Amino acid sequence: MCHVQRVTAPALLGIPVLLAGCTGPYSTLDPAGPAALTAAWLWWAMFGFATLVLLGVVALWLYAMIRDPGAIDEHEARHVQYRWIIGGGLVLPMGSITLLLAFGVPAGHGMLPLGDDDDVLRIHVTGHQWWWEVEYPQAGITRRDELHIPAGVPVDIHLSSADVIHSFWVPRLGGKLDAVPGHVNVLRLQADEAGTYHGQCAEFCGLLHAHMDFAVYAHEPGDFDAWLEDAQGDD
Amino acid sequence: MTEPRAPRAEALHQRFERVWSNLPGWGTLAAVNHTTVGLRFMATGAVFFLIGGILAMLVRTQLALPEQEIIGPQLYNQAFTMHGTVMMFLFAIPILEGLALYMIPKLIGARDLAFPRISSLGYYCYLFGGLIILSSLFLGVAPDSGWFMYTPLSGAEYTPGPGPDFWLLGITFVEISAMAAGIELTVSILRTRARGMSLRRMPLFCWYILAMALMIVFGFPPLILASILLELERAAGLPFFDVAGGGDPILWQHLFWLFGHPEVYIIFLPAAGIVSTLIPVFSQRPIVGYRWLVLAIIVTGFISFGLWVHHMFTVGIPHLAQAFFSVASMLVAVPTAIQVFAWLATLWLGRVVYSLPMLWILGFLVVFVCGGLTGVMLALVPFNWQVHDTHFVVAHLHYVLVGGMLFPLIAGFYYWLPQLSGRMPSHVLGRWGFWLTFIGFNATFLMMHLTGLLGMPRRVYTYEGGLGWDWLNLLSSVGGFIMAAGIAMIILDITLHFRFGRPAGRNPWNADTLEWAVDAPPTSYNFASLPKLPTRHPLWEQPDLPESIAAGEHGLSSIEHGRRETYGTDAVSGRLREIIHLPGNSWLPLLAALSLAVVCISLLVRAYPAALLGVVGALYFLLRWSWVNGVHPAMAPLVDDEPTDPPLHSRTCDGPGLWGMVITLMANGTLYLSLLFGWFYLWTAAPQWTVPEQRPLDLVPLLGAGVLLTVATWVFNRLVARLRAGESVDLGRGFWGVAMLGAGHVGLLVLVLWNGSLEPTERAHDAVLLVMLIYLLLHGGLCAILTGMQALRVRLGYVGPRLPYEPVVLRPLWIYTLGVFWTAFAAFILLPAAWGSA
Repeated sequence: MCHVQRVTAPALLGIPVLLAGCTGPYSTLDPAGPAALTAAWLWWAMFGFATLVLLGVVALWLYAMIRDPGAIDEHEARHVQYRWIIGGGLVLPMGSITLLLAFGVPAGHGMLPLGDDDDVLRIHVTGHQWWWEVEYPQAGITRRDELHIPAGVPVDIHLSSADVIHSFWVPRLGGKLDAVPGHVNVLRLQADEAGTYHGQCAEFCGLLHAHMDFAVYAHEPGDFDAWLEDAQGDD
Repeated sequence: MTEPRAPRAEALHQRFERVWSNLPGWGTLAAVNHTTVGLRFMATGAVFFLIGGILAMLVRTQLALPEQEIIGPQLYNQAFTMHGTVMMFLFAIPILEGLALYMIPKLIGARDLAFPRISSLGYYCYLFGGLIILSSLFLGVAPDSGWFMYTPLSGAEYTPGPGPDFWLLGITFVEISAMAAGIELTVSILRTRARGMSLRRMPLFCWYILAMALMIVFGFPPLILASILLELERAAGLPFFDVAGGGDPILWQHLFWLFGHPEVYIIFLPAAGIVSTLIPVFSQRPIVGYRWLVLAIIVTGFISFGLWVHHMFTVGIPHLAQAFFSVASMLVAVPTAIQVFAWLATLWLGRVVYSLPMLWILGFLVVFVCGGLTGVMLALVPFNWQVHDTHFVVAHLHYVLVGGMLFPLIAGFYYWLPQLSGRMPSHVLGRWGFWLTFIGFNATFLMMHLTGLLGMPRRVYTYEGGLGWDWLNLLSSVGGFIMAAGIAMIILDITLHFRFGRPAGRNPWNADTLEWAVDAPPTSYNFASLPKLPTRHPLWEQPDLPESIAAGEHGLSSIEHGRRETYGTDAVSGRLREIIHLPGNSWLPLLAALSLAVVCISLLVRAYPAALLGVVGALYFLLRWSWVNGVHPAMAPLVDDEPTDPPLHSRTCDGPGLWGMVITLMANGTLYLSLLFGWFYLWTAAPQWTVPEQRPLDLVPLLGAGVLLTVATWVFNRLVARLRAGESVDLGRGFWGVAMLGAGHVGLLVLVLWNGSLEPTERAHDAVLLVMLIYLLLHGGLCAILTGMQALRVRLGYVGPRLPYEPVVLRPLWIYTLGVFWTAFAAFILLPAAWGSA
């Protein structure tokens, strides 16, 4: 079952098939961090609303096609025109967009890497065809295709690329961000609980794009420090 | 089929056919007639659709089960790249252009489009370009970096093979046809409508096509420029998109999507035009909210140019910009909703006739509204960060494009089929075709939204089992094959109906628009006489119009002069202004397109001398084309019984040629602005932008070139003004002088280039400068050559006080060239100097 159920009530939407099938190592509907949780929440809300709109519009169309209009005078026709065009063409989309932005803009803002940069752990990730180079600049550690992070706190991933454009994505933790040669993009991620999370390249990057996956190991804070020390010893 | 003509109408028909019909046998390749060319566009587009469909089947076969190696990554990457490329560039746009070319003159009561030879050139560029792109597939070197060709993956370092060259050169070649159609349709809709058809009486379909045509004019140039720049980077090492050389790969994305998003509406608007045409006919009442719809079309056109960044939310652009583009992307839902509810209101007030086309319209509604809603979701940035580049987007775009384009297109085909063949399609096969397609489509793509939400990225050639994606992919693959069966059924139905369909009679749907007054199958000249149309619903208000048109009871029914003629009317009011005489069958478009194909292929194999030969050939045929115009003996020579009220257009100062020139320059100006955008973008955003320490160009000869150009333009303008005022001037000598000044301008530019210290392969700065200089050179050269030709034509008596038409057409080109020169001077010389860095 989806974790997001704790926050919303998707069962109300009555699509049991979807609910049963929404877990998985890469599932955005099985969120394990605040950014992914917000996105999942947004999805279910939009999905419910969009379903209502779709069913409503199609039902209206079908009814409009089968109904007998009878004799209509010009005045009445004009009335119908304004009702549908202003109600459906202006009020419906404008209202929906306003509602969407009222929730969406703060939600997006909350995902951004803003403020208190110094406290946040920095990890440099560089995309290569077809692997990820992971570097901990403070500790001087490098890894290939695996990230280790402390659970329960945000980390900043500084992304770049050594060759073509890649995109760094850990669906259960949050949205993706592109790794672009010559640029550095910062992605803030957080895993709420310790565990292993799966990530992959989302931007087509050539022949073996499909195999450019990686793992994110979230440790309890104490364990993370221990891993860091260990790793420094190894390198 | 249409009933036999009355004897008088038959005699008239025979006389018109002698002037208007295509040449027999191979001569049909010289056809320029809009009906013929439109049908060729559509038939070719349909073949490309099937090829694109087969590629999609390959993709779905590979993905049906996890960890399959049926075609492997190499072929898979080619298959999905070519699927997107073929469907977008070789099917969707050309087939809609073809429909518009075929339909527009019939809807507005004209005999042909304003520039028939350009239709033909467009078709051959499309055909040859399409074949060149397709050949890469058979040579096993098809492009494989995705249909939007992101750099640096598509650059020479990461894709050394010829795949991207096929794409860049082939698509640019094909886009000549889009530009041709855009210009031709704009001018035809504005200047060749029936008398009395003011803009507000124009059928809605024409509004949609006008919007599409103008969007092509402004939307395609960024892509054409980007393709040229990337090809220059690949072939000559100019680092526009290479970080190390001072370029930026993100510039490609901006230029691509600056085209790419309007492109979606370029495809959607004509399809929505079909819906707006069919719904009133099958409701048997006028459309509700005509003005609202026109407004919605215009607003859609404008907004669609302001939301390209929503394809780039994960690139890492400033958040304020993301918020702006997010709101703009959602706002496009408003004009779309206005259309959906205007259609609803029309159905609400009408008595709906059930028919096969209406079934497809209903399918369109369900699928398109669904795609529109997921589109609004994708515009929400935090959600976009999750599903961007996943199968959710693949599902969304297919809902929008198949729902918003293919379904209405098929509805339109079924609707207009009796107009083309005079026969009705089969009910049984048609219904099977619809339901198989509809069910198959939804089986393929509905649950694919979930595939994306479960984290499957797009463009992966395989996936591990057990990730929750297995059954979803199998379902999509099965659905894909069901849809293919539906398409096969439709093809069978349409093929069989030509032979077995029952005769349709005239206007079988009781439609209101004029195309149903044309014979079925259509005659080459559409209308034997051109009626006044002071109404939006001619056939509902004057049901006997077809007979009176065929009997020659309206305007321009005389054909003894042997000219192909149609009326030229005022762009807004539809008031009669002139008689436009149109060119007949011509080999020049084919020869010009063949020369361009030589250029394209030579560049592909890097045989530059052959490419140069092709350029010379193309230039020769195109100049020859412009030579056979006006009072040239092969066109409309001066005769004793010249019509004077209204006159022939080539005897006036404001014919379609001037309009064509201005619209072409708008497109050209968009290309130029895209280059300026690239310059400023790289200047401010490229991570390793460098400026040479010494100014790489000599200022004095550059200023000299500017002065010569300014004087030349001024003199040319004076000459044209005096010509229009009817004053006697020594035109011949004047034009020679202007041509010489233009040649001097070009000479000085060459000198600047020769003496300059540009290092275009080292620095993006110099590379952009080089492209700009070449752009100026080409324009200066073209002005000089065309003015020289005018001087010759003055001597031959083709241009003169009674014949001011051609210099008037040429004038905007001089003014444009002057404008771009000084703008370039300001942007590339003055501004950097003021910046203190050059």
